[in-house]
Amino acid sequence: MSDAPATQTRPAAEEAAVRAALLTGPRPPRAGPASAALTFGWRGMLKIKHVPEQLIDVTLTPVLFTLLFTYVYGGAIAGSTDAYLQFILPGILAMSVLFTTVYSGVALNTDLTKGVVDRFRSLPIWRPAPLAGAVLGDAVRYLVAGTVVVAVGLALGYRPDGGAQGVVGAMLVVVAFAFGLSWVFTTVGMLLRAPNAVMNAGFMALFPLVFVSNGFVEPSTLPGWLEAVVDINPISHVITAARGLMDGDPSAGDIGLVLLEAVVLTAIFAPLTARLYRTRG
Amino acid sequence: MTTHDGLAIEAAGLVKTFGETRAVDGVDLAVRAGSVYGVLGPNGAGKTTTIRMLATLLRPDGGSARVLGHDIVRQADTVRGLVSLTGQLASVDEDLTGRENLVLLARLLGLGRAAAKARAAELLDAFGLTEAAGRLVKTYSGGMRRRLDIAASIVVTPEVMFLDEPTTGLDPRSRNQVWDIVRALAAAGTTILLCTQYLDEADQLAEGIAVIDRGRVIAEGTPGQLKASIGLGTLHVRLIDPAQRPAAEALLARELGEAVTLEADPAALSVPCSDADRGAEAVAELARAGVRIADFALGQPTLDEVFLALTGRPAEEAEEEMAA
Repeated sequence: MSDAPATQTRPAAEEAAVRAALLTGPRPPRAGPASAALTFGWRGMLKIKHVPEQLIDVTLTPVLFTLLFTYVYGGAIAGSTDAYLQFILPGILAMSVLFTTVYSGVALNTDLTKGVVDRFRSLPIWRPAPLAGAVLGDAVRYLVAGTVVVAVGLALGYRPDGGAQGVVGAMLVVVAFAFGLSWVFTTVGMLLRAPNAVMNAGFMALFPLVFVSNGFVEPSTLPGWLEAVVDINPISHVITAARGLMDGDPSAGDIGLVLLEAVVLTAIFAPLTARLYRTRG
Repeated sequence: MTTHDGLAIEAAGLVKTFGETRAVDGVDLAVRAGSVYGVLGPNGAGKTTTIRMLATLLRPDGGSARVLGHDIVRQADTVRGLVSLTGQLASVDEDLTGRENLVLLARLLGLGRAAAKARAAELLDAFGLTEAAGRLVKTYSGGMRRRLDIAASIVVTPEVMFLDEPTTGLDPRSRNQVWDIVRALAAAGTTILLCTQYLDEADQLAEGIAVIDRGRVIAEGTPGQLKASIGLGTLHVRLIDPAQRPAAEALLARELGEAVTLEADPAALSVPCSDADRGAEAVAELARAGVRIADFALGQPTLDEVFLALTGRPAEEAEEEMAA
């Protein structure tokens, strides 16, 4: 084709740029487990920054609960809204933070439905690092939920006899238990197919546990068999410990029991989640 | 890095079952280090499952495989240090920006904070994503997402790269960009295992192809060998004057020695032709005989035709079988 116009070669600029961008030289040293987990924690923070809507549930629900319980049931149950608020705030604190633990399972399940987890799992990193890193995002959610409850409570006239110290202590106890409980929902998150299913299963399990506790009524007013259930319900233990701290009457035994339960939940369900994550197809 | 045999990927009798389904049913592969190797098949043939096993995401139920000489089960962690995966679903985080995605991976791969940022900027630039770097990935087009996905796979240059249908759903321009990137990686020495549904994609990029169906490799060879062995390809001719079709039909049948198909379009006809030289000669013969041609094309066999030839049934049917 010598008499035809000059042959054109498609510009290979793209190829050249990509070739130039290839990393030459030795691979960087592998990231350590802590560094990898922290990097995933950073990812969690970025997600909260980019999708702040996910905090709406976490902040609005506690406000609603505090208002509804105080004003709707206060008069009927405790004779006055003030007295009832004084009684239920530790319960609402526990309820709000513990409901938030379901989101750990929902978040994990949402991740699994996306391709990005395949990439994470094909990286040469400590394999449970994404799970460990997620704990950081969880902590933020727990603290937001807990702080909102306390702030609304204070605005409505709640006065903790245990002072700021007691409130902070109660918050820490509740958050510690929440960390343990969140592993239960990450396990559920690994087992169910869709984020919605995790949400439904989570709340289905938590609702009865939260309400059949000593958070909202005196257990002595319940039928005997139900009172027995309340006594062994770990969420009652959390509320008892939190209430003790906030009322300025902390009990080391109550707090110790909650921490022990948190450790037991973590010891069972964290490895289970990690195992399911590792062996997932 | 090469093994003693110069093979980057060796698989022998890989099996993966999901319940009753044998998704992968004894796959053997031998991929030369530094080459691009295509795995071709319809949806559900077992391509993705095979790639997921080789990338250590799935444990095989039978058989064995080595990547750069390392067993994918016993030395999975070593393998993960040498490969990267670009999955069928974009393997990037949609809720983060493009830049954050790359920094995240760079950090996970052991780069320091400053080095990770610099590396991300470099890659964004090379892949034409600098302008979109601060936008959330969920606002990206399919082509941009794919480029980011591949950029994420080469934050640290892998020895072996698994690409699962990298151009499915892309427009032609984006597809060409992805092809250019694959060529650049191959030229730099990365071994690439490419799963695809498109014969022309494998033809464009791969030096070897395995055709996979029902979890088994049913044919293997270079693209040329494969096409020649199937003996497929079609010469399509459209005439300016439909009245000349009988003449064209007779001439093509004589030239190529194959049965001519008269298309629904009264000016169009087609004839099997696997040899481009003979096809060109036949078209020239038509022109010399005074048959006026509107257009002509020598079509490559499609995956469907390859499938039909190799299995006796169309690819779509194979998909339905897998879905059933």
